[in-house]
Amino acid sequence: MMTFEIASMIELASFAGAGLCIGLGAIGAALGEGYTAGLANEALSSRPEKSGEILKNMLVGQAVAESAAIFALVIAILLIFLEPPAESILTASALLGAGLCMGFGAIGSGVGAGYPGGEACLGIARQPSVTPRLTTNMLIGSAVCQTPAIFSMVVALMLMFMDFGSLPVSPTWAAFLGAGLSTGLAAIGSGLGGGFAAGASCGGIARNPGTFSQVTTTMLIGQAVAQTPAIFGLLISFVLMFKAFPAYSGLSVPMALLGAGICMGFGGIGPGIGNGLTAQNAVKWVARNENAAGDLTRTMLVGQAVSQSTAIYAMVISLVLIFVV
Amino acid sequence: MAIEGADLIKAAAFLGAGLAMGLGAIGPGVGEGFVGGKACEAIGRKPEEAGLLTRTMLVGQAVSESTGIYSLVVALLLLFVV
Repeated sequence: MMTFEIASMIELASFAGAGLCIGLGAIGAALGEGYTAGLANEALSSRPEKSGEILKNMLVGQAVAESAAIFALVIAILLIFLEPPAESILTASALLGAGLCMGFGAIGSGVGAGYPGGEACLGIARQPSVTPRLTTNMLIGSAVCQTPAIFSMVVALMLMFMDFGSLPVSPTWAAFLGAGLSTGLAAIGSGLGGGFAAGASCGGIARNPGTFSQVTTTMLIGQAVAQTPAIFGLLISFVLMFKAFPAYSGLSVPMALLGAGICMGFGGIGPGIGNGLTAQNAVKWVARNENAAGDLTRTMLVGQAVSQSTAIYAMVISLVLIFVV
Repeated sequence: MAIEGADLIKAAAFLGAGLAMGLGAIGPGVGEGFVGGKACEAIGRKPEEAGLLTRTMLVGQAVSESTGIYSLVVALLLLFVV
């Protein structure tokens, strides 16, 4: 049986966390930026004389997608160079949780921000006169898309800098890992979903510039609903981080807390994506048929509510795991 | 750390419940969202058929929900019965 010093364990956890953080976090932004560039090329092929505008738009859109990866880089570098006091092994699990949280959380926002960027480029080729509106919608849409990554960064920073000196090691180690997974994983779905809706709004405005305000309203409503799984994830993370758990030397309570984090984390992915798919088509068709906007928004909300149901089941099971068992 | 048998079983059950509901929520979420999107597209093409289209959407989403309910049932079984 090897005995590890607490300081070594903390270093191990922070280096592993840093690696996972930037490794996972790099995935999303790269995919999203590549998608934007691909659509920009398609746009250039149909209207080469607008290359200046299209290229500028592409770079701005890619910069927004990059922001999620920059958050991940910042957290990773902090994890490498932070020297926390080697008082408790809890710090190790908190740092690993922080790395996982930011790493996973950056994936969805990065990929999601690629959609409005690409669609805006296509839109400029289709309808150059609407370029300012397209850029505006691209920026609004991809900014909403970044909110799950920001939630992840907040949770990661809390896990890294929170003072939990006197909490019992078990089961709190599992609570911290669960907190990281809950927000980090749930952010994937919401980031992607918000991106789908934003992309459709850029495409719609290019087809029908007069529907700008209706399209933007529907996009924002749809994106707001698509963000709720990430908010559930954040809620469960806060409960796991701030509830005082009595010391428990066995394995069942830690696994319950870790299970709660996994449950809400994965549970947020599907509904986030699904809400985004619904919003995407609703926004697309509001642009094509502005008179049906009322019907479309209603149907979108009903469809999103049903799709949200499994996220609610997941939150219920998480809360049961934390409070009842 | 001495891990008792009963405690280990409970630990596995709790982790399993979390995995069951967590992973099980992915599919219905994406699937029902896709249905909602296509329903919106259909209503955009033919707003006068909104009633029929919404009804069909809800039926389709209910069928898609079924595996999510199975996951919920298994998670609850693992939590309270095992």
